[in-house]
Amino acid sequence: MTTGATSTTPRQRWMAILARASAAELDDMLPRGARPAFTTLKPAETGTVMVQARAGGTGDRFNLGEATTTRCVVRLESGTMGFSYALGTDRAKAESAAIIDALMQDAPDQLAPAIARLGKAQQAARDLASRKAAATKVDFFTLVRGE
Amino acid sequence: MDQPLAAGFTDAVLESQEAFRHLLDALSHPGRIERLGGALTPPPGLTPAGAALLLTLADYETPLWLAPGLGAPVADWLRFHTAAPLAQQPAEARFAVLTGAPGEPELAAFPAGDDLYPDRSATVILQCAGLEGGRPVTLAGPGIPDTRQIAPAGLPAGFWRQLALNNRQYPRGVDVVLAAGSSIIGLPRSLRLETAQGAL
Amino acid sequence: MYVAVKGGEAAILASYDLLAETRRGNPSVPELRLAQIREQMGTAVARVMSEGSLYDADLAALALKQAQGDAVEAIFLLRAFRTTLARFGSSEPLDTSTMRVRRRVSATYKDLPGGQVLGPTYDYTHRLFDFTLGEESAATPEARPADAPLDAVMARVPDILGQEGLLEVEQPAAGDPAPTDITRDSLSFPAGRDVRLQTLARGDEGFLLGLAYSVQRGFGHNHPFVGEIRLGEVAVEFTPEELGFPVDLGDLTLTECQMVNQFAGSKHVPPQFTRGYGLSFGHAERKAMAMSIVDRSLKARALGEEVVYPAQQEEFVLYHSDNVEAAGFVEHLKLPHYVDFQAELELIRRIRAERAAHAQGATMPEAAE
Repeated sequence: MTTGATSTTPRQRWMAILARASAAELDDMLPRGARPAFTTLKPAETGTVMVQARAGGTGDRFNLGEATTTRCVVRLESGTMGFSYALGTDRAKAESAAIIDALMQDAPDQLAPAIARLGKAQQAARDLASRKAAATKVDFFTLVRGE
Repeated sequence: MDQPLAAGFTDAVLESQEAFRHLLDALSHPGRIERLGGALTPPPGLTPAGAALLLTLADYETPLWLAPGLGAPVADWLRFHTAAPLAQQPAEARFAVLTGAPGEPELAAFPAGDDLYPDRSATVILQCAGLEGGRPVTLAGPGIPDTRQIAPAGLPAGFWRQLALNNRQYPRGVDVVLAAGSSIIGLPRSLRLETAQGAL
Repeated sequence: MYVAVKGGEAAILASYDLLAETRRGNPSVPELRLAQIREQMGTAVARVMSEGSLYDADLAALALKQAQGDAVEAIFLLRAFRTTLARFGSSEPLDTSTMRVRRRVSATYKDLPGGQVLGPTYDYTHRLFDFTLGEESAATPEARPADAPLDAVMARVPDILGQEGLLEVEQPAAGDPAPTDITRDSLSFPAGRDVRLQTLARGDEGFLLGLAYSVQRGFGHNHPFVGEIRLGEVAVEFTPEELGFPVDLGDLTLTECQMVNQFAGSKHVPPQFTRGYGLSFGHAERKAMAMSIVDRSLKARALGEEVVYPAQQEEFVLYHSDNVEAAGFVEHLKLPHYVDFQAELELIRRIRAERAAHAQGATMPEAAE
């Protein structure tokens, strides 16, 4: 289900799904009129994360290059803090995702089904891409040689 | 983080630029009192001036050493807003906050850089009771026409001796910023103490 | 007489307008939208992201539009923009073994676990024009999916070959040291592998391709095989200081090339296969391959090979692979050098005058005597 190597806790899983969602999908999940009151602790801000890789895939670390990343931190009236960190520059999405992250910690039942649906759709898209790639897999056949 | 976390800068770009300007002025006019604007309410223990400087300067690449007396709320607040990792040892720090309490490390415990990279040194923010009303000390050096007298109050015993030793290593050495309330005094490593050692 | 002058402001402002009009082209032709560039010029976008050293397909598309498709100019724009962004930190090291593969081929193993997956490749096209692309096509092409997806995890070929012990081992040094960042600390020599790989990853595709080609043609002791090329999506994770656990930021499309090279051994290293590594943002196979060949040839010093060819000389390679730097230095020559040139002109005139006077003087004594 997860896409990252170490995304294991439920919170990490929903954050991974939210990171891959569009702003419109998050607005559908939590319409702007239905948002709880919140305080912005870190306004949505675009910066970068330096992407590290490993020589040969397994060796010493090196810096591959940066990736734009947008983050936001909010706090609900309950005191729960919601975080979002995602690739790209979409600040509206970052704020929505942070609110949803906080709500999921406070009352998971409300949004968990919608997040599960989103996760399923993302998985289906990955699956379709993989099946299209699988159609290009080579079937080798050996020609019989006469002796 | 059980306590609700206090906000940082409202306008990070403008407020950090303003604080940076004040720090620049403080370090280029050593001894002059610079009053920082802004309306930060950091957790108890951290002065608004110290808080503004750290929000301006610290980031994920600058390990921060905090005096043990500052407590977890200050550490949590700074880590949240600056992403700076906490240094386990003074020698790892790029920024440090001291409160002047007994038992805190001396200036020499923090990195002084080396002759090739004197910039690889720490900036030490020393919080004190006030920037006026203490015992007068006469300063000289770059940024001071002739001499300048300051009288910060509530400095730890032996501070001026430590500073004199520190500044003798120039271009190596730490830079010190005294912070009280919303005001600061810059004491860069280029400074000379004119007051006789025995009088300090 | 040449003199330094100020001015040209009005001319410069007018050149902006003319550039904007020229960029737009014939206004009766619909204007390009960024999404069209992002979706339909994907490999150009990939190159700008890789060499611009910033993964963001929308910004790369904007850069290409603004630069009229000039890749180096677009890379410059992206690099300049990058410097305005705060850096939140460094990601966890990517694990390309978790890549969700869309293409994966090996030239060294026919029957490898997971199979040879051609994916979206030009390799088997005939390089004949498809004139239907020039028409307003109604039908959207759609690839037919297989019944089952590929294996969720495909072992990287060097990991398989490595099990025999015939392949140079790639493992982190003790303590897994944090890599040098050439955007913070400028190049110094000898350069570590981290510095070399970061520089090559940002390096100009054309320059690295030429160097890789030179290696293959004999200007390098290097006999490369493609151990594996893979293309696909890899999740990137980042641990914010204030959270303390890794957060999955989303997926990066990456191309990875593992080059395997015959190596006869040296005094210190037994005969084995050595490795070169290439990794780039987006689908950028030629770049990843060239990078991996050059990465291997830059191991010459460490492997005790004689360093004689350009592709083995790290100062030569690393100092000249950055196209923003190279373009800046070459192209600055068109900016005013009036004073420098005037000095040269004076010098040449003086030397010529002296020579003429000397030549005349040499014939003078006879006449005088």
